[in-house]
Amino acid sequence: MNRSTIDLWVGIFVMLGIGAILFLALKVGNLVSVGSTPGYRLEANFDNIGGLKLRAPVKAAGVVVGRVEAIHFDPKNYQAVVMMKINEGSEFTADTIASILTSGLLGEVYVGLDAGGDTKMLTDGSVIKKTQSAVVLEKLIGQFLFDKAASGASK
Amino acid sequence: MSESGDVADSGLAGVFRRVGRAALEWLTRLGYAARFFVMVARESPSAFRRLHLTLREIYFSGVLSLIIILISGLFVGMVLALQGYDVLQRYGADQSLGVLVALSLVRELGPVVAGLLFASRAGSAITAEIGLMKATEQLSAMEMMAVDPIARVVAPRFWGGVVSMPLLAALFSTLGVFGAYLVGVRLLGIDAGAFWGNMQAAVDFRHDILNGIIKSVAFGVAVSLIAVFEGYDAKPTAEGVSSATTKTVVYSSLTILALDFVLTVFMFRGVR
Repeated sequence: MNRSTIDLWVGIFVMLGIGAILFLALKVGNLVSVGSTPGYRLEANFDNIGGLKLRAPVKAAGVVVGRVEAIHFDPKNYQAVVMMKINEGSEFTADTIASILTSGLLGEVYVGLDAGGDTKMLTDGSVIKKTQSAVVLEKLIGQFLFDKAASGASK
Repeated sequence: MSESGDVADSGLAGVFRRVGRAALEWLTRLGYAARFFVMVARESPSAFRRLHLTLREIYFSGVLSLIIILISGLFVGMVLALQGYDVLQRYGADQSLGVLVALSLVRELGPVVAGLLFASRAGSAITAEIGLMKATEQLSAMEMMAVDPIARVVAPRFWGGVVSMPLLAALFSTLGVFGAYLVGVRLLGIDAGAFWGNMQAAVDFRHDILNGIIKSVAFGVAVSLIAVFEGYDAKPTAEGVSSATTKTVVYSSLTILALDFVLTVFMFRGVR
C-alpha cells in the first residue's frame, strides 16, 4: 500500500467522519435553530404552568415560533413567570393570549400564543397580560365529580 | 519469585499473601501504565512531525474498521427502531421513535458500541503488532540504532486510535439513525416529518451530541493507551503476545463500560 493511496483513504475517512458529525449536529440535533437565532423576549405570568419545561416550544397556530428560555416563581403574587424567546419575524399583537397546552394526552407541554386584534405590537421584554393556565387533570376530575354530586343532590 | 517459594502459600496468611501480591502487581502495572502514558505524551509531537506515520495508523485502525462500524451501526439502528416501535406504539407514542433512537445512539450506543468494536478490531491488532515487534526484537534493534521506539512505533499508533475513534463513533450513530429511518419510516410507516421533527426538538447539540463526542474521545484515549501499553509490555514470546492481545480486548471493554458510567453520571445526572 503506497503512501498516496493511504493519504487518499485517510482523507475520505476523515471527511466521512466530519460529515457524520455535521449530520448529527444539523439533521439530528438541529443546531441551527438553537442558540444564535435572532429574536426577542416575551414574558408571561401564569397561575399554574403544569408540566412546562425549559426549551419547550412556543407555538402560534401550531407552528413553532420560539422556545421557553426561563421559568421562575414570583413570590409577590404567587405566579410562575415564563420567559420566552420568539424568533425574529414572528410578531404578536399587544392583546395576545398565552396559554399552556398539551399536544395529545401524553404529549409535550407547550405555550400557545393566540393573537388578538390590537394595532400595537409586543416588543422585546413585553409582558403578555392575558394568560390561561395549564389544565390540571386532577382539578378537572375533582370539578366533574363535584358537579355530578351537586346535580344529583338537586334532583 | 524465589522468595515466594520459601514462604508457604497455604493457610489463611497464604491467602492474604496471594491477594496482597496480586494487588501490588496490579498497582505496579497501573503505575507503569501511567508513566508509559506520560512517555507517549512526551513523544507525541514527533508523531505529528512525521505525519505520514500517524496517517498510516489512522488508515489501519480507522479506515479498515469502517466496514464493521458502518454495518454494525446500521443493524443496531434498525433493531432499535423495531424494538422501540413495539413498545412505543402501545402508548400511542410511536412518533417519538426518532427521539428514542437518536438519544440512545448519540448519548450511549454510538460511543460505547463503536468503542467495543474498535477495541476488538483495531486495539487487538495494535497490541499484536507491537508485541510481535518486541518478540522479534525489532524494538531493541531500533534502540540500538538510536531510534526511540516510543516515538517511532507507539506514539503514531496511539494518536491514530485517538483520532479514529470519535469519527468512527459519529459514523456509527449516523448510520444507526439512518437504519432507524429505514425501518421506522419506510417499513413501519411512521410519518417522516414527525420522525425528524421530534428528533430535532429533543436532541440538543451541546448536551447530547457534544457529550457523546467527548465520550468517544475519552474511549479513544483509553483503548489506544491500553492497546499500545499491552503490546509494549507483552512478554516477548508467542504465548505472551497472545495473552497481551486477549488482555487488550478484555481491559478495553471493561474500561469503556466503567468509564461510560462515570462520564454519564457527570454529564447527565440531574439535568432536565
